[in-house]
Amino acid sequence: MFELLTERLEGAFKKLRGHGRLSESNIDEAMREVRRALLEADVNYKVARSFIAKVKEEAIGQEVLKTVSPSQQVVKVVHDQLVGLMGNQSAGLTLSETPPSVVMMVGLQGAGKTTTSGKLGLLLKSQGKNPLLVAADVYRPAAVDQLRILGEQVGVPVYHAPEGTDPVDICKQAMDRATENHHDVVILDTAGRLHVDDERMDEVFNIREAVTPSDILFVCDAMTGQDAVAAASAFYEKLNFTGVVLTRMDSDTRGGAALSIREVTGVPIKFIGTSEKPEGLEIFHPDRMASRILGMGDVLTLVERAQSTIDEDQAKKIEQKLRTASFTFDDFLEQMAQIRKMGPLDQLMKMIPGVSKAMPDMQVDEGAFSHIEAIIFSMTKDERAKPHIINGSRRKRIAKGSGQNIQEVNKLIKQFNMMQKMMKRMSRMEKSGRMAMPMLQ
Amino acid sequence: MLSRLIDKFKKGLAKTREGMVQKIREVIRLRPKLDEETLEEIEEILIQADVGIDPTLRIIDSLRERIASGEKVEDPENMVQEFLEDEIRKILQPEKAAPVTEISNKPHVILIVGVNGVGKTTSIGKLAQKFANEGKKVLLAAGDTFRAAAIEQLDIWATRTGSDIVKHQPGADSASVAFDALQAAQSRGSDIVLIDTAGRLHTKVNLMEEVKKIRRVIDKALPGAPHETLLVLDATTGQNAVTQARQFHETCELTGLILAKLDGTAKGGVVIAIADDLDLPVRFVGLGEGPDDLDDFDAENFVRALFEG
Ligand SMILES: Nc1nc2c(ncn2[C@@H]2O[C@H](COP(=O)(O)OP(=O)(O)O)[C@@H](O)[C@H]2O)c(=O)[nH]1
Ligand SMILES: [Mg+2]
Repeated sequence: MFELLTERLEGAFKKLRGHGRLSESNIDEAMREVRRALLEADVNYKVARSFIAKVKEEAIGQEVLKTVSPSQQVVKVVHDQLVGLMGNQSAGLTLSETPPSVVMMVGLQGAGKTTTSGKLGLLLKSQGKNPLLVAADVYRPAAVDQLRILGEQVGVPVYHAPEGTDPVDICKQAMDRATENHHDVVILDTAGRLHVDDERMDEVFNIREAVTPSDILFVCDAMTGQDAVAAASAFYEKLNFTGVVLTRMDSDTRGGAALSIREVTGVPIKFIGTSEKPEGLEIFHPDRMASRILGMGDVLTLVERAQSTIDEDQAKKIEQKLRTASFTFDDFLEQMAQIRKMGPLDQLMKMIPGVSKAMPDMQVDEGAFSHIEAIIFSMTKDERAKPHIINGSRRKRIAKGSGQNIQEVNKLIKQFNMMQKMMKRMSRMEKSGRMAMPMLQ
Repeated sequence: MLSRLIDKFKKGLAKTREGMVQKIREVIRLRPKLDEETLEEIEEILIQADVGIDPTLRIIDSLRERIASGEKVEDPENMVQEFLEDEIRKILQPEKAAPVTEISNKPHVILIVGVNGVGKTTSIGKLAQKFANEGKKVLLAAGDTFRAAAIEQLDIWATRTGSDIVKHQPGADSASVAFDALQAAQSRGSDIVLIDTAGRLHTKVNLMEEVKKIRRVIDKALPGAPHETLLVLDATTGQNAVTQARQFHETCELTGLILAKLDGTAKGGVVIAIADDLDLPVRFVGLGEGPDDLDDFDAENFVRALFEG
């Protein structure tokens, strides 16, 4: 359902040839695609709009890199901006210096507060803490039972009060219990509430006033749509929550709500829920979230690796040789080494947009690469520089020297010739600025 | 910086509350030519209601065509509003959503499915209330044997609504709960059986297989049942609801949707994308946590609410 953003951008950039800079006009079309991707991912309309404006500013005037296509480059800009917006790094739970610390869970109905409370209890316990869970949801039928059972499952005690007790009182009593029993963290599982329900919003505000939490976590379903902004800003306005938990991240949602919430509140996303099990709580990684929102798998890793491992000079030199058709086996070796520096080949291949779709079970034989290297190493300097001189008897010698059979040698030379031809053709279109990876064809 | 952003959004939201219809009308009054900017404003309204980009663009395109047709428009404000309402009504096909008025099966079996926390159990409670109000004898099947205290939760709803309930131990096979419930319903002469299921992500293959099995067992216990299979969607859910509907429809041949939590500010516009894609009517909407907070779906009201703040 979700095409890769990069693939779509390819379309937008068809007209843009390698050299030069990303300009206002060529970037506009690309930004339309980016906007579309964001909206499909449920990023709020207004957030998407202001985000696009920022990206545009950033991208315009950038020199088009040689090693990646313009679309990949723009995606990188978009991605970096997204990561920046979502906080660059992971943030953990905030606890107070004097125990017991209070962590308060708030959010809409059905967001996953109770489950997350249980998970946090387990996490804290595994860190050597002595947490207390508090059942402060007096509205949903059997919510108290749910937390009691979860507490039992994870081995964390649960404080609950007789029916009819006011939630504010429950929380106050729980604090006394915590002090008595030397709990160092108190986790308040409050009832789900709508941000437009004034009475319940007042109630949760009063709980906050009564127990001064060190961390207030707004729990939000990662599948939330456009309304995430309204809910998050209303909760933020009332409670100044200090962290966000995104639940149901094990679904296939793109999770644009993450960006929306972060943008309107500035509060870090701290955890993500990744399964129904008590262990299913993970630290939030802004970079992974950014890729997910853009629906783009690993293309960024590829761009990054290409940027860091293939140096521009090398790329230019090779390109020059291609244009003059003076590409040799030595260059070939060099290029192969560059590519291999980037990581395991089949992994690399899968990062290229469209490849994993077109060839789902493609495998690259790493061994074949060392065979190729062995063959080239058995060539003389002359042979490597002037491949056309490699005749039948030379081939026999090379085969012997490299421990490969003659067919392998023939195959490589044939491939090399084909490649040269192809590269000549590519060099004619080379201005599209794409990375030249002929070995991977 | 932060507070400025929030202010900006608050202002934005306040404007939203002012009433989108008003806004559209105003936009059009100022620019009766119905230019691209007007179209963009309308696009914004639809997208902010979670209608989704594809259906939105399609609706906008046909509006653009209509405008370009050169037909003389006396009253552009009304024309646009009526046009949009018509388009959306066409997609939603409210006539298909008409509730089953004459229940001919005894018992009439309704299976409720959906993702975790969307409002399945609560919707069952409300449905039980609705049928009880109609003088029907209702039986609930506590098919969520997975989530902690899910059985207790349904039990409380049974008491509240005066319904019978069939339940097993936590962790029991939900298909066998459904089977027992149908046997009980037949021997007790129940009119309606509402079967609760555990929440499941549509992406979890084994859990989707499980719901398939529940359906098979129901059919075995009472051939032809379930007579309705309703997917509960949370109105705050964004475009993922389309994928949810698709997957659940594929696994358990849905007959309709329940759109829960419409009492918030979320518009639930994603059901338009779903109706468009799968031809699935919205049967009920949830408007709160109480037993009476369930309404038959009314397309007119829904469309109007989409364009109102
Ligand atoms: N405001 C509101 N809350 C609802 C509605 N339907 C369900 N809920 C709440 O959403 C939460 C999850 O509901 P539940 O029925 O347990 O979901 P399930 O996991 O799908 O069975 C509970 O707190 C319900 O009270 C609704 O229409 N409006
Ligand atoms: Mg339930």
